[in-house]
Amino acid sequence: MLQSVDGSNDVEGRRHWIGVLARAELAFLEQEMPRLKPPSHTWLRKPETGLAMVRARIGGTGDKFNLGEALITRCTLRLATGETGVAYVQGRSHRKVELAAIGDALLQSPTMHAAAYRILIEPVLHELAARSARAQRLAQATRVEFFTVAREAGA
Amino acid sequence: MYVAVKGGERAILNSYALVDQARRGDPSVPELSLDQIRQQLRLSVDRVMCEGSIYDPELAALAIKQAAGDLVEAIFLLRAYRATLPRLGYSLPLDTADMQLFRRVSATFKDLPGGQVLGPTYDYTQRLLDFSLAASGAVAEIDASDAAPEVGPVPRVVDLLNHEGLIETHEPGAGDPDPRDLTREPIAYPADRATWMQNLARGDEGFLLAMGYSTQRGYANSHPFAGEIRYGMAELVIEPEELGFAVSIGDIEVTECQMVNQFGGSKSQPPQFTRGYGLAFGASERKAMAMALVDRALRADELGEAVEAPAQMQEFVLSHSDNLEASGFVQHLKLPHYVDFQSELELVRRMRTSGAPAADASEPAGEAA
Repeated sequence: MLQSVDGSNDVEGRRHWIGVLARAELAFLEQEMPRLKPPSHTWLRKPETGLAMVRARIGGTGDKFNLGEALITRCTLRLATGETGVAYVQGRSHRKVELAAIGDALLQSPTMHAAAYRILIEPVLHELAARSARAQRLAQATRVEFFTVAREAGA
Repeated sequence: MYVAVKGGERAILNSYALVDQARRGDPSVPELSLDQIRQQLRLSVDRVMCEGSIYDPELAALAIKQAAGDLVEAIFLLRAYRATLPRLGYSLPLDTADMQLFRRVSATFKDLPGGQVLGPTYDYTQRLLDFSLAASGAVAEIDASDAAPEVGPVPRVVDLLNHEGLIETHEPGAGDPDPRDLTREPIAYPADRATWMQNLARGDEGFLLAMGYSTQRGYANSHPFAGEIRYGMAELVIEPEELGFAVSIGDIEVTECQMVNQFGGSKSQPPQFTRGYGLAFGASERKAMAMALVDRALRADELGEAVEAPAQMQEFVLSHSDNLEASGFVQHLKLPHYVDFQSELELVRRMRTSGAPAADASEPAGEAA
């Protein structure tokens, strides 16, 4: 699962927040983005919906095979302040991918990083962690210990 | 030969309207929303994603609604939509050892690191109709207060409990080759295992279930055990070229089945347990298990077993597994075949008057459309 990472511009940091933004709800991004007053942007690649072929490995560890496709949407944009934002999200929402790319661009800006991280990333991380812990708790409530009943000696 | 038929435009347009009405049913009953389908018919959604071969619960729900719940028709709709979309790339292989697990059981090892977790299964329900559901939908509460959350990933049983090396292991081939892609090029025989896995992954659940069942009943002796079944969420990781590094862009629910089969050994291999593998989108346990049985049966050639049963025959299994193709060819029979049938009528009349059966009458027909 996604871990919290510090840093504003290294690859690890960016890899991390792109993953968080991709998992944010559209309604959340719509609601929170205006608080950051993002500058206007131009498209480098307009939102585009398509398919990523999902691969897996035979037996989990062997040769790769094609499992099926996943619907994804991507875009690339540049803020008026110069930062380039990239986003890939699951599903078809052009608006969500746009907001996620704006988020990626803001998070690369030294002046905007801290605020963007606090407003866009932390609440999502919190929600994802809570959801994951809840799922884990419920699953663990169905954990069983099976006993085999051995035949007694002489029976 | 299919001879084109003209006419019926008005009737066809009216049939569109009628199918709309039939789908909607009584307008005084509230209309289904896609959210309702996603939430309350989730296993239908999973099957349509799996065989429609597109992971997107919202699209699958739409297809189910449009098809009035006919899942094979919904799968058709999803595949047709697929053809309109560009391919944006390939994911890195899913890491199923690092999934967040909702369910994980093994029929071969009782005591597992990470435990046996039943999850949301129908296995232990009594299959009695629950008439309380007909009235309301009160949901049982779970007391999960004292269940300690698991820490970290839970490795696969077949990797974890193989100290003696009695279960075969799977390593990538030299150079970790990319698989052929059946959405780009048609299947060619003999197909390699990666190719048939793609075919089975989107194959019809009912067909695979019957083929898998046949191997248990003796049509290919397979002696299977469910080594592990796990259902949960795996990360979807892609490596866009504009970034130059891998990013995790979401999560995909999958069910994985590791079937473990007895194997007496061959000239090149000692006696050991071999494996069959099943992987399917969503909570699709029956599908994943059936797929693993068929995968193992299809390995007969590789493992030096006699190919005697249908489930071991590549061409038989792989060319009949797709319900889109099967449904299309079966259902085209109801389209007008008037000219074709006229010629057959003539033939039968001639045979009767001449008194002798025509030489070609007993031959099976080819594509006589």
